[in-house]
Amino acid sequence: MPITEADIEKIAQLAHLEITDDERRLFAPQISEIVTYVEQLNAIDTSAVEPALGGLTPEGEQTVSSRRDEVQPSLGQGLALDQAPDAAAGHFRVPKVLG
Amino acid sequence: MKSISNLRNSIVDGETSACGTAEAALNAAEKLNESLNAFLEIDREGALSRAKAIDAKIKSETKMADETSALPALPLAGVPLAVKDNICVRGMQASCGSRILGPYQPPYNATAIDRLIAAGSVIIGKTNCDEFAMGSSNENSAFGPVKNPWDISRVPGGSSGGSAAAVAAGIVPAALGSDTGGSVRQPAALCGVIGLKPTYGRVSRYGLVAFGSSLDQIGVFARQASDAAAVLQVIAGRDTHDATTAEVTVPDYSAELNQDVRGLRIGVSRALLGDGLNAEVRAAIERSIEVYRELGTEIVDVDLPHAKYAIAVYYIIATAEASSNLARYDGVRYGFRAKDAPALRNMYRRTRDEGFGAEVKRRIMLGTYVLSAGYYDAYYLKAQKVRTLLRQDFAAAFANCDAVLTPTTPTPAFLFGEKVDDPLAMYLNDIYTVTANLAGVPGISVPCGLSADGLPIGLQLLGPYWSEARLLQLAHAYQTARPLNARPKVHA
Repeated sequence: MPITEADIEKIAQLAHLEITDDERRLFAPQISEIVTYVEQLNAIDTSAVEPALGGLTPEGEQTVSSRRDEVQPSLGQGLALDQAPDAAAGHFRVPKVLG
Repeated sequence: MKSISNLRNSIVDGETSACGTAEAALNAAEKLNESLNAFLEIDREGALSRAKAIDAKIKSETKMADETSALPALPLAGVPLAVKDNICVRGMQASCGSRILGPYQPPYNATAIDRLIAAGSVIIGKTNCDEFAMGSSNENSAFGPVKNPWDISRVPGGSSGGSAAAVAAGIVPAALGSDTGGSVRQPAALCGVIGLKPTYGRVSRYGLVAFGSSLDQIGVFARQASDAAAVLQVIAGRDTHDATTAEVTVPDYSAELNQDVRGLRIGVSRALLGDGLNAEVRAAIERSIEVYRELGTEIVDVDLPHAKYAIAVYYIIATAEASSNLARYDGVRYGFRAKDAPALRNMYRRTRDEGFGAEVKRRIMLGTYVLSAGYYDAYYLKAQKVRTLLRQDFAAAFANCDAVLTPTTPTPAFLFGEKVDDPLAMYLNDIYTVTANLAGVPGISVPCGLSADGLPIGLQLLGPYWSEARLLQLAHAYQTARPLNARPKVHA
């Protein structure tokens, strides 16, 4: 299916990407070509096939991963905020939400 | 260059020291980085301090009686290693080859790193890679591509190109990479070293920056299969920090290396040696099939009828998972934030526009598209169904053989710029490697010769779940029979 520049703009919005006009012109034919390529899967009859769910092996599926609901040590506020671009008073500060 | 076990023993026996070994590796890394660009960070100070601690520990433990000595618990004592820059090492950067992480330094170690450090190894630095492990040539690194040590006008492969080049150039005996669609095996083939992708769930992904969570595995680069076995031994096994690691016993990989390969059955799919395969690679693979025949293995025909669809399946599933995993890079909690955005929404979008490179944006958009309302069933669900068929193909093949042999890559290392404007052509480099990630099976690339231009060629062996020992044994048998004696032009 051809992907237009308008489609690219819509997808970029969904993905929270602000792309330039140049990128839109570049990506539209490239993503079109890739989408056309992956559409070769339509030739396969999968009506009786269950979809794979994740990458687990049978042994991985049998492995029990639950644990007791007990508090474990964690990073703590200091380390968690340590590398924030704008930390203030124990919080992550961001630009205004409504603008 | 010494094997890892010889190097470790000579350090423990006092013939050489961890400090001297680390110093040599650091010097080589610094010197060769000018031509290779393999390292994004070389941690001289940290590495020497860890090496010093190892030397002191060896000195104090050597005085103790055998039964109380901690030395047997240090199988990698003083062994220098390099780590791909998408695996967290406390005290070093983790850029993932991207600008969006800015100066980020993870506050914790990946489980694989904790285990390597506990085993006595000395991590000397972080290696360059395609941004967020997305690429097959290293041209997607925000910090310039790694050069192939065999010919610096050519790509080292990707995405773990820096780790492959560091091992090929003799800077370190082994390195960690990550393999989502071939990112360990493909650069291993192009750089003439061993590259092992374990079974999904064999090595913890805790601390590996996520790309495609159902496909990602940490893998090992080494010059010798025996060295890859020594490193896998340390990092393999269940980890409660990664719920997808499986409760499966870790065998003694080194003990099984020298077992006879006679009578093992190697499957070959003739359909995979057809169109699109470079003639020199095909000839090298045909010769390697003969080598295995001479070694006493039985060569049998296998069919993987859905392998031809693997790239299509992969680029739906991998991009879908990536679009979700990379949503976390929003300029709020760590890394880069675009300046002067008027509101939160603009800040997110500008940060991601300025922080991500073109390939990452392409894949996020492709993944967003295939998951979007109205298209989910047609693309994502369809791909997951064909993934089931591919898994069934492998199960059927392994009912009849111990391993499947294919080329690792369709061509030897290509020139910089050759495929950079054609994403689909670039994706087709992964045609032989993505199948293992989709099926979850282990795979190894083994150097099997040089092209007329002196470029390495790799053969790939794929095995059933948890068959790493068998793959290492087959790789070791090949390397013993046909060692790659040539060295790359750029070498320590």
